[in-house]
Amino acid sequence: MTNIEKYKQVFITLFGVKEKELQKLTYQGVDAWDSVGHMGLITELEETFNIMIETDDIIDFNSFLKGYEILSKYVTF
Amino acid sequence: MNKTIIITEDGTHVLYGDISDFSESILKVIEHRCLVFCLCQNTLGSVCGYFSFIANRIVPVMLDSKINTELLAGLIKLYKPQYLWLPDHRLNDFQHDKIVFTGHNYSLVKFDGNHDFPLHNDLALLLTTSGSTGSSKFVRISYENIEVNAASIAHYLSIDENERPVTTLPMGYSYGLSVINSHALKGATILLTSKTLMEKDFWTFLKTQKASSLAGVPYTYKILNKLQFSRMDLPSLKTLTQAGGRLNKELRNEISSFCLRSGKQFFMMYGQTEATARMSYLPPQDSLTKPGSIGIAIPGGEFSLIDENGTEIKEHDITGELVYKGKNVSMGYATCFDDLRKEDENHGTLFTGDLARRDSDNFYYIVGRKRRFIKIFGNRINLDETECLLENIVPDCACTGEDDHIIIYITDKNRIAEIQNYISVKTGINPAAFSFRQCAEIPKNSAGKTIYSELDIS
Repeated sequence: MTNIEKYKQVFITLFGVKEKELQKLTYQGVDAWDSVGHMGLITELEETFNIMIETDDIIDFNSFLKGYEILSKYVTF
Repeated sequence: MNKTIIITEDGTHVLYGDISDFSESILKVIEHRCLVFCLCQNTLGSVCGYFSFIANRIVPVMLDSKINTELLAGLIKLYKPQYLWLPDHRLNDFQHDKIVFTGHNYSLVKFDGNHDFPLHNDLALLLTTSGSTGSSKFVRISYENIEVNAASIAHYLSIDENERPVTTLPMGYSYGLSVINSHALKGATILLTSKTLMEKDFWTFLKTQKASSLAGVPYTYKILNKLQFSRMDLPSLKTLTQAGGRLNKELRNEISSFCLRSGKQFFMMYGQTEATARMSYLPPQDSLTKPGSIGIAIPGGEFSLIDENGTEIKEHDITGELVYKGKNVSMGYATCFDDLRKEDENHGTLFTGDLARRDSDNFYYIVGRKRRFIKIFGNRINLDETECLLENIVPDCACTGEDDHIIIYITDKNRIAEIQNYISVKTGINPAAFSFRQCAEIPKNSAGKTIYSELDIS
């Protein structure tokens, strides 16, 4: 899997969403992506890419697209 | 009356006097004592509605604004409220007769078909037993319960009019509501936000409005830890409180030492909705010397322990059921509208269902639970009730777990996604809290009861 595929897969698995919904997916846009879901998301991304996401990035990460932009600092897509 | 009671996310200041005006407007529409379903969120409309109902002796049933439409319809049938107070964005989700009042992006909807029925004179509000939306059982809270508990909390937390708590918990949840009540009682200013700790806007709001305290369940502290809270510079923040379940040792030490180091006060507390909110607290100076303790009873309250025969345990370090006495002990439960006429059934005594011991300094420690309860993100969940819910869709299952994690044993693993979705919707709990294990069959004894100890080996 490429990194972008891995990134997408984390959302699909954790939040039970379809690939075509990802582009518009935002924090609290689906029930599963609440603060509990966000903790799970960050942990899963950190494990998948073997990184540590900084506090400012965790609280700035409010959509699928924003997350992609943020993760580009840590991961080569 | 010219003091600010609420500052909202957008910086709007609302005065104590504004709430009185709002309350008078509502009284013109609802002229008599009756039942109102209040769909709560941490916004102005929700809080103003709540204060107005209480002031006008109208009885609100506190529900989360995100409640599933179907569940709400079921509750409306059971409790026959005459009005529904809800955020405007949910108006289209319900069939209603008419909108009779609007304010702060909330609407008051009237159900013409529901008529008056007796409400006990002391009954002030109804709170869900678990904080989640899955149950139709509510706790009956009296006016005295609210006032006494708020005053006691304000006393031991030394709340005065200079306090500025920022909202971190839903106001429909007993702990979240107790923060609002105890501060409003003292003329403090509540920083009202529906943003979560995971959002930048929350932190900007906390800093610019100089929040002086925040409240959290164990999961809140897990988040704070993940956000490396102890490295943040938050000089205005002086008090942290924690309740809604036991904090693990690592977090307890981390937060306690951080607070001692940085001159903040950290209060670990214990309570139940059945006691309005709060029953005990651990004084901050004891947070490291009495590890794991729920502390001492709040002012006006009293703890004791009883053995299996109901006899009081006088010795130290003997485990028994924790019993609380105080004027904040609720009137009892309700499972339908007809229960709302009932008298106080608890008479100031609550058998908590928690097993505890007392040390030689009379500090209490929870060591277990009498019934199969666990805490999920601060909400008390009965595992037996969860099994009952699941048995609506699966032939057999078993639930075990620990705080913040429920394990569901099923016999057909192909249905995991469906079951996970069902239980999450029914309980209002994030699906991540549930994990699944498959077993060939659920082990039972000859009486047909599940043998939980054999689940993992089957």
